[in-house]
Amino acid sequence: MSFAIRRTTELIGATKWFLRRECRVLSTLPEKTEEPEKVVARKRSTGRRLFKNEAILESRHIYPEFLPDPNPKWRNSLREKLERADMLQRRSQIDIPEFYVGSILAVTISDPHAQSKTNRFVGICIERKGCGLRAEFTLRNVVDHQGVEVRYDLYDPTIQNIQVLRLEKRLDEKLFYLRDALPEYSTFPFDMDPEILPEGTPVPINPVQVKLKPRPWLERWERQDLKGVSNIEEHLKEKDRVRRELRKTPWEKYDLMKQYRKTIPIEDQNDIWDEVHNQLQQLQMAKKKTVRKRTFVTPKTQLA
Amino acid sequence: MFKELLNKINPSKLSRSFHTTTCLNEVRLLTRLRVVDNSEIGKRAMAEGKPPKVICVYNKQRVGYIGDRVMVAIKGQKKKGILVGLKQTQKVRVPKFDSNNVVLIDDNGTPLGNRIHVPIPTILRTILKERTHSKGADYTKLLAIATKFV
Repeated sequence: MSFAIRRTTELIGATKWFLRRECRVLSTLPEKTEEPEKVVARKRSTGRRLFKNEAILESRHIYPEFLPDPNPKWRNSLREKLERADMLQRRSQIDIPEFYVGSILAVTISDPHAQSKTNRFVGICIERKGCGLRAEFTLRNVVDHQGVEVRYDLYDPTIQNIQVLRLEKRLDEKLFYLRDALPEYSTFPFDMDPEILPEGTPVPINPVQVKLKPRPWLERWERQDLKGVSNIEEHLKEKDRVRRELRKTPWEKYDLMKQYRKTIPIEDQNDIWDEVHNQLQQLQMAKKKTVRKRTFVTPKTQLA
Repeated sequence: MFKELLNKINPSKLSRSFHTTTCLNEVRLLTRLRVVDNSEIGKRAMAEGKPPKVICVYNKQRVGYIGDRVMVAIKGQKKKGILVGLKQTQKVRVPKFDSNNVVLIDDNGTPLGNRIHVPIPTILRTILKERTHSKGADYTKLLAIATKFV
């Protein structure tokens, strides 16, 4: 009798466990927390609209500055709209290419202080931030064994030319650790030739891992979970490892509200991209045409 | 909440939880600088590992900005210098350097060395021209010994 009771309780327990597992699979929590917008898109839209939406939404990586700051204190729909119009106008004047943190850029500005009235700087983009007309990026290079960083506004009217010498991404979102890395990792010659990727290839990710100089460092890199640093453990003491464990916040990836506050919801994004996507597409087409014109060489008539 | 819990479990191992902001890297009194010209005294001071200390910044804020004149204590002597590169966060388009650089000058504005071996911001050209008076010190001589501008 007692045996039978035990069996039945076990069975009930197993079914309960199974049901719970099933429920979890069916729950609406997104599997990948990195791109919540996409998950929402898949649910809301169907058929053809889905395809179109996803293609348009991809431009949030290419033109991140078109999305406003998610902080509701700083939102102002009229100002954002005016800024977007200004940005498009500027983009019709000058070609602002697609680039990411980790790409190598050459920026030419008109500089009243320089003798030639122009100033060209080459460096790796270590940071890209800000939205709207306040978007800015920072270039870093080591010139004559001296680390130099220059910050530029993306929509600065004094910028004459932005050229992408090498289009690639790195393993991290910000490369401030290059300041503490050995200088060869941020040294780029000023006469670098641009490397042209064949059309349609995805942006390559450079898996290089830098070596840090010994301490003291500018920041506590060990707490930042960096993927692009190879020798961080060498320089740590036991104390640092303990503190790193204590300071970890593993629950943050499950904090949906935090993620929501950091991102622009899909409905707002759709409005923005509907407004600017066509014009951006046109600008890109015009740019491609000019590039083709430049590269096209009339074939020589062959001698018989 | 998690931190409080940890504090209760193990209060000795956690650091104090007061908030600190990032450091400003300003050039103030007693900041160590890096001499970047090839003057004899500057080279020896840097080779010995005793870089100069700021003992006076000649402006009203007493914080050195780019192109400001400073007095430094270097190898037991007082020398004047001009700040030609700062660690501090700069304005847009003005380069920010990994070290605080100084070029030693004498009272007339003539540099002690005859070569600067690091790049120099172009904005210094305008700043130093403004600071030069026809009868006072001539700081533009410093620009002539620069090797590279960024």
